[in-house]
Amino acid sequence: MKTTRLIIVAVGGQGNLLASKVIGEAALQSGVPVGMSEIHGMAQRGGVVESAIVFGDAQSNIIADGEADVVVGFEPLETLRALNKCNADTIVITSLAPLSPSTAITGTCPYPELKKLKAIIRAKTAKLIAFDAAALAAQTGNVLAVNMVLLGALIQTGTIPLTVDNVKTAITTISKQAFAASNLEAFELGFDAAKTSD
Amino acid sequence: MHRLLKARPGQKMLLLGNEAIARGAIEAGVGVATTYPGTPSSEISMNFFQIALETDLYFEYSTNEKVALEVAAASATCGVRSICVMKHVGLNVAADALLTLAYVGVKGGLVIVTADDPFMFSSQNEQDNRYYAKLAGLPLLEPSSAQEAKDMVAYAFDISEKLQEPVIFRTTTRINHSTETVIPGEIQAPQTHGDFTKDPFNYVPIPAVARNLHARLLNRLKEAEELSETSAYNISTGNGRWGIVCNSVSYKYVVDAVTDLNMGGKTKILRIGFSHPLPKALLKNFLKECEKVLVVEEGEPYMEEALKAFAQEERLTLPIKGKSEELFSRLYEYNPAIVRQCLATYFDVAHKSPAVPDLSDLPEIPQRPPTLCAGCSHRATFYVVKKAAEGMETICPTDIGCYTLGFLPPLSMGDFLICMGASVGTSCGFSKVTDKKVIAFIGDSTFFHSGIPPLINAVFNNHNFTMVILDNGTTAMTGHQPHPGTDMTALNLEGYGHVSIEAIVRAAGVSQVAAIKPYRLKKSIAAVKEALNYKGVSVIISQEPCTLYAKSLKKLRGKPFFVSEKCKNHKDCINELACPAFFIQNKRVKIDPTLCVGCTVCAQICPEKAIVPLKEKVL
Ligand code: SF4
Ligand code: SF4
Repeated sequence: MKTTRLIIVAVGGQGNLLASKVIGEAALQSGVPVGMSEIHGMAQRGGVVESAIVFGDAQSNIIADGEADVVVGFEPLETLRALNKCNADTIVITSLAPLSPSTAITGTCPYPELKKLKAIIRAKTAKLIAFDAAALAAQTGNVLAVNMVLLGALIQTGTIPLTVDNVKTAITTISKQAFAASNLEAFELGFDAAKTSD
Repeated sequence: MHRLLKARPGQKMLLLGNEAIARGAIEAGVGVATTYPGTPSSEISMNFFQIALETDLYFEYSTNEKVALEVAAASATCGVRSICVMKHVGLNVAADALLTLAYVGVKGGLVIVTADDPFMFSSQNEQDNRYYAKLAGLPLLEPSSAQEAKDMVAYAFDISEKLQEPVIFRTTTRINHSTETVIPGEIQAPQTHGDFTKDPFNYVPIPAVARNLHARLLNRLKEAEELSETSAYNISTGNGRWGIVCNSVSYKYVVDAVTDLNMGGKTKILRIGFSHPLPKALLKNFLKECEKVLVVEEGEPYMEEALKAFAQEERLTLPIKGKSEELFSRLYEYNPAIVRQCLATYFDVAHKSPAVPDLSDLPEIPQRPPTLCAGCSHRATFYVVKKAAEGMETICPTDIGCYTLGFLPPLSMGDFLICMGASVGTSCGFSKVTDKKVIAFIGDSTFFHSGIPPLINAVFNNHNFTMVILDNGTTAMTGHQPHPGTDMTALNLEGYGHVSIEAIVRAAGVSQVAAIKPYRLKKSIAAVKEALNYKGVSVIISQEPCTLYAKSLKKLRGKPFFVSEKCKNHKDCINELACPAFFIQNKRVKIDPTLCVGCTVCAQICPEKAIVPLKEKVL
């Protein structure tokens, strides 16, 4: 099976690990070989969390610079920072809701303008899908569902070997019961947003 | 039932490497598990902790790795299969026990898991613990995947019992924190009770005994080498004349690189999973069949040096390379691209490196360093000490925990760090040879781990510094594991004792001791000032639960604060505290009500009294 390499970047607490879990479970249930690797050292203290997910026959489950087929960023600045994982054929999906790091707040280094940020990513990769995932999550009444919104967008692109049904089933199995409905709704909103995003 | 107990044999599941190791131990009928928490090993013990609540397994968070190993050594000596889990630097702490335990040996299986951390994702060094196996003369196993990690634990117990020696089980972060498909096996009921038969001439290594025991260890090492020669974990594939010797996670990168570079027909790979003692005969035969050999191993040239020595013994002159300027580094971790590149270079195969986009025109991207949580009590303590020490020239040795992050601006509290407990030991030295005010910062768990002997040293040798114990009731950084000062009843757990930090400090002979509540800034600053002005050893115990922990126990009472119109935009709050709940909108300071936990610290320092509690409940 062809190897597909996916990177998810987020800020600690954004639910990146849950999204990876759903993806892993969906792959397991549909018989797609999958390996994942996470760096979550001090994740809860506001640092960057990165998951690498490799589908297919490759043995390695970390992804070197320039070798990601898809990058999903839960936060625009982190998406920009992950550009080193991309190449000219990479598809990038990002939320546009910024979470300023302390260094930007205290003014040592300004947060880049979103318009410019989008232009840069667009210029260096094959495709950029960008929208405010936090706003869509808020629509479901569950502000923590940013991860599911972006998962919906990811599945819409058809870049990873998982079907809508696989993933929805995995969301239902893995989510805490109280959040299952809002997570599915968030998934749908993200899926639709990816269709129309410029 | 716990997920790892529920898993049905034969049914594929996704497991984190650390979960796979825990499951492997359960399958092997482990009876005793001990640890001191440390990333990247922590999830192994976290699972044992939970499983022990449902089964006969005895698990404990020991005060430090040396104690953890001693507990497990004794239970294994009584015939109970035991496992002791730690991060790589933990083995330094346990090394004193380890090296003589190798002489004394065990009866029941003892597996010592050391989780190495190449690239130092969450560690202060990237030492290669394979050398401990060599130093101690003990068998060493290294898995390459989660499945193998699980299976190898049972194998490790078997070897340990066969040789009557502990076995070192070495992982790296990418094994611990990778999630892969694993097929569970059958669970063996744990045997948790053993017996001890007196046998001082084997168990008490006074010099005359130890001389015999060392000789016995060398014999066992020979036996271990025979096991290594035929071990199913030393795997050879391919028939080519280009040899690649590799271990651990590098094996996967090698397999992928050989496929990508289309060199399968020409290569022969030997993956070493039983890496001490190395299978000498196997490796020598491998060398004889090869034209040239590349060694792929993260960390130190452990196998490379051995291979070169073996080649010398056989008068073989083929090129053997690994670490060098143009090939592999001793630094950091490898990845598929690095391995592919080095294989291509060494065997001279055409290869296209990935087209990384040119990022030279990117604007400067603000870093996102990890920060103390919103409302973290450490932030308050650092602020208090900083204010109390205003005007003094200070040296602030710090220690290992979330509070290490206090070294970052704007708090900038933390000037020197080596290892667990060293804030206190080094304070003795700093205060002796300088005229500066020395302030040691140490967490509660670290205090129990290794802060007590240096404190006693300070009292005995009459040193002059202030020790600030950041007591937040838990081992926060590694995921809120309990320690002897933790209130276990809050977790509804019975059968634990409780040790008072203050009582220990006083018993050590410190008379200038004050407990503070760091959120009460004024009072706390006064108390710290008094401690700083004291000549001799003074101790401040700053007591306030870890915010994240309190949140998880649903014990946070504070209401969020907001910045009212009274704000004159001095930005003192941001410039002095930098609580992550602050953000700037339209050039004005705001507080994110979903992050703010209402610790009140910013409100107390605002000169305009502009920060006030939010009345209505948000969220
Ligand atoms: S986990 Fe606890 S101790 Fe660590 S930064 Fe957060 S609040 Fe502070
Ligand atoms: S009260 Fe102030 S310092 Fe405390 S958590 Fe809220 S914003 Fe942060």
